Amino acid sequence: MTLKPVIAKEFKTVSAISGPLLFVQKTRNIAYGEYVEIISQDGSVRRGQVLETSFEMAVVQVFEGTGGLSREHTVVRFTGEPLRFPVSTDVIGRMFNGSGKVIDGGPPIIPKEKLDVNGAPINPKSRAYPTDFIQTGISAIDGMNTLSRGQKLPLFSGNGLPHNEIAAQIARQAKVRKTEEKFLLIFAALGITADEARFFRNSFEESGALSRSILFLNLAQDPTIERILTPRLALTTAEYLAFEEDYHVLVIITDMTNYCEALREISAAREEVPGRRGYPGYMYTDLATIYERTGRVVGKNGSITQMPILTMPNDDITHPIPDLTGYITEGQIIVDRALHRRGIYPPIDVLPSLSRLMKEAIGPNKTRDDHKELSDQLYYMYAEGRSLRELVAVVGEEALTERDHMYLKAADRFEREFISQGRYEERSIEQTLDIGWNILSSFPESELKRISLSTIQKYHPAKRHKV
Amino acid sequence: MLNQRLKHGIITKVVGPVIFAENMENIAMYEMVKVGLDKIIGEVIRIEGNNAVIQVYEDTTGVSPGEPVEPTGSLLSVELGPGLLNQIFDGIQRPLTILEKESGFFIKRGRYPEALPRNMKWPFVPIKKEADRVTAGDILGYVKESPLLEKHAIMVPPHIKEGKLSYIIKEGEYTVEEIIAKIDCGQNNIVEVSMITKWPIRKPRPIKRRVSTYLPLITGQRIIDALFPIAKGGTAAIPGGFGTGKTVMQHQLAQWADANVIVYIGCGERGNEMAEVLERFPELKDPRSGLPLINRTILIANVSNMPIAAREASIYTGMTIAEYYRDMGYDVALMADSTSRWAEALREISGRLEEMPGEEGYPAYLASRIAEFYERAGRCEVLGSDERYGSISVIGAVSPPGADFSEPVTQSTLRVVKVFWALDTNLAQRRHFPAINWLTSYSLYKNDLDLWFAKIFPDWPNLTKEIMQVLQEEEELIEIVRLVGPDALSETQKLILEYARKIREDYLMQQAYSPTDSYCDLKKNYHMMSLLSYFYNTAKALVDNGIPVSKINSLPAVQELGRMKFVPNEEFESFYHNLRERLKSDLSSLTKGVKS
Ligand SMILES: Nc1ncnc2c1ncn2[C@@H]1O[C@H](COP(=O)(O)OP(=O)(O)OP(=O)(O)O)[C@@H](O)[C@H]1O
Ligand SMILES: [Mg+2]
Repeated sequence: MTLKPVIAKEFKTVSAISGPLLFVQKTRNIAYGEYVEIISQDGSVRRGQVLETSFEMAVVQVFEGTGGLSREHTVVRFTGEPLRFPVSTDVIGRMFNGSGKVIDGGPPIIPKEKLDVNGAPINPKSRAYPTDFIQTGISAIDGMNTLSRGQKLPLFSGNGLPHNEIAAQIARQAKVRKTEEKFLLIFAALGITADEARFFRNSFEESGALSRSILFLNLAQDPTIERILTPRLALTTAEYLAFEEDYHVLVIITDMTNYCEALREISAAREEVPGRRGYPGYMYTDLATIYERTGRVVGKNGSITQMPILTMPNDDITHPIPDLTGYITEGQIIVDRALHRRGIYPPIDVLPSLSRLMKEAIGPNKTRDDHKELSDQLYYMYAEGRSLRELVAVVGEEALTERDHMYLKAADRFEREFISQGRYEERSIEQTLDIGWNILSSFPESELKRISLSTIQKYHPAKRHKV
Repeated sequence: MLNQRLKHGIITKVVGPVIFAENMENIAMYEMVKVGLDKIIGEVIRIEGNNAVIQVYEDTTGVSPGEPVEPTGSLLSVELGPGLLNQIFDGIQRPLTILEKESGFFIKRGRYPEALPRNMKWPFVPIKKEADRVTAGDILGYVKESPLLEKHAIMVPPHIKEGKLSYIIKEGEYTVEEIIAKIDCGQNNIVEVSMITKWPIRKPRPIKRRVSTYLPLITGQRIIDALFPIAKGGTAAIPGGFGTGKTVMQHQLAQWADANVIVYIGCGERGNEMAEVLERFPELKDPRSGLPLINRTILIANVSNMPIAAREASIYTGMTIAEYYRDMGYDVALMADSTSRWAEALREISGRLEEMPGEEGYPAYLASRIAEFYERAGRCEVLGSDERYGSISVIGAVSPPGADFSEPVTQSTLRVVKVFWALDTNLAQRRHFPAINWLTSYSLYKNDLDLWFAKIFPDWPNLTKEIMQVLQEEEELIEIVRLVGPDALSETQKLILEYARKIREDYLMQQAYSPTDSYCDLKKNYHMMSLLSYFYNTAKALVDNGIPVSKINSLPAVQELGRMKFVPNEEFESFYHNLRERLKSDLSSLTKGVKS
């Protein structure tokens, strides 16, 4: 980028205020995307960014909202620079608000670099395909929808479901085995309640993870438009730590639904033609600028793994927020209300869940050589059991065959023994797989069509006990 | 030249990827311009008086009104010549490998390295000699571009009607810019030809005529080759919700389709998916030649967080490259994943222009743009005085919001393509892959291509018809079970259900990641169908004689059908004969107990 002289320009020509937007007139030569400071009558400073600029006018989105700003007394200061965030390893263990101000009472951050919060796309040529298995200790994930380092894998949940517990459990337990590498947790809260934020903080503290965490908190009472900024601060920090300082960073962002609401609010204020259900037509691209900031690059040791959480309005997976997310992320973990009602924790429905990077993350030297075949067979078994359950609901149990009963029973056991586990229960991948084998051992071998004879020889409980 | 004057315009407004400029006299529609102090590339998409609207191919952060806009006098074009294969470009053909070397792993803007390497020397073998008369499309000589494309044709440019070769260089190694031939077109017009040419991406390259003889594009995917085949030069759409297998299918086709050249456009999708191709294709071997597949592949990558205007351009960049190889007489297959992201880019730019929105905010010209794109596919006789044929098959993924196929992009696409592979979320959740719904998908080439298949395997059309019928019957029987329970079925009906299940699980399901199942050649495909059909028709006679299906099903040879997909292509023929014999003897062993 050509270096232009950085000259801040101040204007007092706000002509209109609409939602989170300021319209400033008679601005000349204001750059698109430029970082703006808005000084209100009482001298307090808010931050903003230029969304549109012409000879005569600039449109500025104000992250802290426009409440209390007046046309007459607002000074708008254009800085001539993009919005940057100061980074260094000093940020580790610290807590910020949603626009990046230190809120833990500690000293200010001494920056090593100041980075543009919008980042830049990673050259696809430079990416290294994720292959390292992350053990979360949760069977439904490790066994059936394996997470790997550098993956973006969201939790799709609903209001009142225990997605926070699941995320906290993952944050506590996630590890790449046989390594002693530098691991960090970045947590970005977008519009969650203070209680929820406290829950996470306590959980990190309990597990001793707080000292290797970085928290960005935009809570429910905080300005909504700030939510556009918060994940970008978190990811800018993550990129620095992963690619400059060699850390393996897990980024948890919750709740992306609130992010999308903020996006919708801005779009409405700009009077754009709305897309589906009022969300802007560019929401896919916008979400991609968050989710794609994940991964590994060739020649760098660190990595960014992303686990966004979103609550599906009305539990509707076709709603634009989960839908567009699913089109960008590398799979999804579905937290299911029906399982939750039946008292199963974690209530993860493995059938619609998916980890697209699983195939490269499992197998000999990563998990175990039987993993793929076993999980395929468990899938088949559980899907079969579930569809039989539906059939029973219609025609009753009598009509079922011997084989059908076997599947029904196994599906129940699968939910109670494999999916279900304690909030503090951390299962190794071997334990997870062995539970799977126990359930499958109730079937005659001829039913285990997805498992090769040699694998059965090696891992089937009936065979193993004989050795 | 488009533009005599190189006076520059002035930016008046910047809204994301769209900028407005004044003082743009004599600018041409789709002319390439350099925008702002960083001279980033844009293209004129609307002209009103002396004002122009420009879509910019890179991030416009930091660009401000008052900065200059420089016309270039040329339309947005791509470079064509040896050195395209094996490369990965962005949406406007910037070579990503070189960008990485120049500026690291984050893409920096304002850098435009040349698409084709200038210093590399290519072995050129002339096939024409001085004083030969030549016309557009005639091949002057060949370059060995890659192990999988030994004959990259250097052709007489399309605009030359007639001329005499006044000079042609001797066999040797040359760079793409060296003059290798001169064509005297009369009236003192001598055209110099080098190995590199440029072509504007929005303008289809000319051909002699389209032809309508049908040859299949063999994909090695059972359900496609047998039930919903695509012709060389054909068009297909793969719509499906997220996670239903569009990308895996596109990767499968890029790997296994029997085309000479593959152009793979990652259009607004994931960075890791491009990385996957880059890592895997050099290792994967072409089933016909045994050489690494990357040698016939060109990747265009505009991943989801790269600039959207370049996404709009990416499919034309890819298509123009495809046409260039078609013009040499090759069969090219082009995959675009996903055309919905391209359409969304169109929508976003249209929105910034404040155009009148059509359905779901898409511009009114969405359908015609989609039609124009697929119109560039086809099999044709290409330019040149020798009779050469080439083809471009186009396979576009579509990502309908909420997996609802009634939306505008899916619907506009279905109006123009001839093959519809409908991916089904339910099948995908049951891990039935490829999740192509056999009841709603179709191929309008099926009847024509059956003639071709029947020449090799006379009963191919019948076998595929039988499969479709059984699957249809299964659907009806399942409905009965749903209403009154499985007891209501006769044994004959149970056998149909069993046959259908075997078709689904043992035949249609195909594991993309299994080394033995990923690619199924036609012979194996045919033999698998024959075995299943043989099983069914023999078993039917037994069931008619009162033998229960469960008994038939537990025979070892019948069970073995479940593992047939994992038998390698090379071994399948002997496996087939062997299993068929065993089916015969196992099944007939049951008749022995029956009194006739
Ligand atoms: N033929 C196949 N064999 C095995 N697994 C498959 C196959 N097709 C799809 N899958 C599985 O389904 C997952 C999703 O497939 P894919 O990434 O192609 O979906 P998609 O339709 O492209 O989704 P999106 O629209 O979000 O890009 C894959 O990661 C893989 O696990
Ligand atoms: Mg895809």
